[in-house]
Amino acid sequence: MRQSALTRQRLVGVFVLGLLLLYSPVLALFDVAAEWAGFPVSYLYLFGAWLLLLLLAALTVEGGKQ
Amino acid sequence: MLTTPFIVLYSFLYLGLLFAIAYWGDRRADRNRSVVASPTVYALSLAVYCTAWTFYGSVGRAAATGAGFLPIYLGPTLIAALWGTLLLKMVRVSKSQRITSIADFIASRYGKSQRLGGVVAVIAVIGVVPYIALQLKAIARSFTILQSGPEVQTDTLLTTMPVLQDTALYVALVLAAFTILFGTRHLDASERHEGMVAAIAFESIVKLLAFIAVGVFATYFLHDGFADLFNKAERAGYLNPLVGEGMGGYENWFALTLLAALAVMVLPRQFQVAVVENSDEDHLRRAVWMFPLYLFLINIFVIPIALAGQLSFAGTGVDADTFVLTLPMAHDQAMLSLFAFIGGLSAATGMVIVETIALSTMVSNNLVMPFLLRRWKRLPPDADLGQLVLRIRRGAIIVILLLGYLYFRFASGAYALVSIGLISFAAVAQFAPAMIIGLYWRGGTHRGAMAGLLMGFGVWAYTLLLPSFAKSGWLPMDFLLYGPFGIELLRPQALFGLDGMNEITHCLFWSMTFNIGGYLFLSLWRPPNVHEATQATLFVDALKHERPIGIRLWRGKAEIKQLLGLAERFLGNARARRAFTAFAARRDVQVPEDLPADAETVHFAETLLAGAIGSASARVMVASVTAEETLGLDEVLHILDEASQIRAYSHELEQKSRELEAATAELKTANEQLKEIDRMKDDFMSSVTHELRTPLASIRAFSEILYDDPKVALDERRRFLGIIVDETNRLSRLVNQVLDLAKIESGHVQWRDDAVDLGVLIEQALAVTEQLISEKGVRLERALPENPCVVTGDTDRLMQVLVNLLSNAVKYAPDRDGRIGVTLSRSKDRYRISVRDNGPGIAPADLESIFEKFRQASGGEDKPIGTGLGLPISRRIVEHLGGRIWVESVERKGATFIFELPAGREGD
Repeated sequence: MRQSALTRQRLVGVFVLGLLLLYSPVLALFDVAAEWAGFPVSYLYLFGAWLLLLLLAALTVEGGKQ
Repeated sequence: MLTTPFIVLYSFLYLGLLFAIAYWGDRRADRNRSVVASPTVYALSLAVYCTAWTFYGSVGRAAATGAGFLPIYLGPTLIAALWGTLLLKMVRVSKSQRITSIADFIASRYGKSQRLGGVVAVIAVIGVVPYIALQLKAIARSFTILQSGPEVQTDTLLTTMPVLQDTALYVALVLAAFTILFGTRHLDASERHEGMVAAIAFESIVKLLAFIAVGVFATYFLHDGFADLFNKAERAGYLNPLVGEGMGGYENWFALTLLAALAVMVLPRQFQVAVVENSDEDHLRRAVWMFPLYLFLINIFVIPIALAGQLSFAGTGVDADTFVLTLPMAHDQAMLSLFAFIGGLSAATGMVIVETIALSTMVSNNLVMPFLLRRWKRLPPDADLGQLVLRIRRGAIIVILLLGYLYFRFASGAYALVSIGLISFAAVAQFAPAMIIGLYWRGGTHRGAMAGLLMGFGVWAYTLLLPSFAKSGWLPMDFLLYGPFGIELLRPQALFGLDGMNEITHCLFWSMTFNIGGYLFLSLWRPPNVHEATQATLFVDALKHERPIGIRLWRGKAEIKQLLGLAERFLGNARARRAFTAFAARRDVQVPEDLPADAETVHFAETLLAGAIGSASARVMVASVTAEETLGLDEVLHILDEASQIRAYSHELEQKSRELEAATAELKTANEQLKEIDRMKDDFMSSVTHELRTPLASIRAFSEILYDDPKVALDERRRFLGIIVDETNRLSRLVNQVLDLAKIESGHVQWRDDAVDLGVLIEQALAVTEQLISEKGVRLERALPENPCVVTGDTDRLMQVLVNLLSNAVKYAPDRDGRIGVTLSRSKDRYRISVRDNGPGIAPADLESIFEKFRQASGGEDKPIGTGLGLPISRRIVEHLGGRIWVESVERKGATFIFELPAGREGD
């Protein structure tokens, strides 16, 4: 995997963002008994954050030739 | 519904398909047309992480804890973002040292220690065999459930059936056959199994599709989509969406994630597919997101299936762990339930195959080999050791699978088997400190790693394994409730009084505390010895070296015949000769026998053997046929230091030569520029002298006439003198402008930064040129805005530009009906001033060149009117102020000179 140091550092950024979204008090903000469009807010948030993280990772390694 | 023969037929068809794919993959690999050399196949093979425990168990966990199954997949998702350094390093180290298992990895890192490798292998077997049992149980259980359909049985008595009718036994035997066929075809230095990887990737697709099919059925056929399902579940009281509550606190959420993140790096099967079977480092790039994507997809329907199952089976006592299968069965979906069964089968078999290969490598290389090799000189000299190693591996595969089967028979419905998933994760997590810290810290030693592993494993056994035995009824419960001998402080799941945690979190905390604590304490107790320091450098600096530097770290006497003979005994004649011949060719030697028996050759032989029998054993074997001189620690450090100095030095040289090249290029450009400027200066001089000569010539001519002929009439005389005065004026104007231009060009002008209101300035310029305008009688049109238009610039210089443009316009405007116009307007952040006339205009070819020195628009046959320097000077002034100037013209219709200046900041 000959990727630039920048790509690696960006991925570390994605990792840190993941910690913030899923393993910090931010999670508690969405861990409430409410629903949005028929979905429990917590499930929507967890899967949404997960999707966001893997999209960011995909953009980081596949996007562009930098 | 589905009859037993029908299910058996389909199961065997599926397994047959798996064999066919593996066979095809191996055949392609033999012909060098690999099917697994693709990043997508690599990412799919990593999904061997999802076992039957995922396929069936996730739904069970979701039913019990809400989001409690998610950390098992979020952990890998997060750690995957760090693979760019972490996994890459593991892959590169393993490739350069021919490491083929976790036991070998850890043994190799801490000085190629045989004992350490053995300990790792034992822990891996103890931690993972029950997990294999769980997979066998899942297959047997799902089979029993499926054949008992259409009624969904709540309790299947698996262990009451005789052994010979037990599905699990046959499954275990078929899987053993598969693993032996595709896992131990030959003893290869790289230990890659392409056929097996192809089959695993295929299984990953099957289990994903099966799970999604059941999910879509549960969500869209049994109910009207997600929202409807959530709604019904909430009314029935099954919805349990709160993460913290469902998990019994956020610390459990965090601990499970950490555990899963570590497990995905250090599970033997993950190491096998991610590191050993990796064919190209570039494949890691796609795995960073595609593996998490796979996990995401296989988890979308976990909660819906759990909720739909709870709604369907309310009060019937059907185990949530079977919903994936029983839900379609209960709704008479025979084919869908068969597909679900096949999906579970693929999840279970994939795990069993890869895990068994990984464990058998460890058992043979790190447990059996060391014993065997101690006595290898006493073996008959013609014994084919390669075949022996293969036989050991095959034996290990059968033993491991039978152990798994026995554990399944023995434990079956016991707690010790049901809960083994996370317990197994916690066991292998004990490898993480020695592996991961060892990749980044040079100070770790063999003693530290050994202490950390043993203490961590001990704490794991005490806080998780023994309690699971107690809960299964194999140990007295008193031990769990009141501690051994009634010592409350030592209660296994409230160690040292740490109470109120979930058992996994509790175990993870204490085992990691002892593991990392022991590792660090003993590593810091004594400095690393020579072997440890050498290996530490090779691991920690793995990403810095293009090729391994271990080559230089050997000194002694060796004979090429002995080395070749050694390799032949393990790899077989043909294979060993092929490898040595290729190596000889790289060193420009014809036949292997002519190779020098130097450090490089010894190193080559050792890594070649390491692939087959493990690095620690290979080191022992090579040492047995060579006479190695022990290098002192100082010496090794010196060599390593030298290597890095040479690197640093050559790096410095490269840097210097790059700098030199850059300097040369710079000089060259500067030289070109100088030449250009010199040429321009010559042109300028000749233009100036030419321009000076014209007025001088006429001054001289008229002066001579006046001087030679005193009788010239008074009128004539006045006319001649007038011409002389005009030409003299022109001369001095020219000289002034030449000086002015030179001053601007050389940068010697002091520019002032005034706030200039352009409207006012234009009025002043018009006042200056009023005389000129009225003399010629041209009409002036002006369009100036009311409000101030302020720019920053030098008032006098801008005035010079305006006066120049205005007088040019007046000059070129026709004598009759002449018109000139001045407009000032603002566009965005710039002011635009244009001065137009209705004179002869400028030919398109001259639009740009009139701004060059001494180029005037050819205003017909008349002699030039100006000096030819006004416009070049104007251009320089405007450009200096950050604006631009240009001319637009239609021939015979006049010309418009336009210049733009950036608007000054508000309030300037």
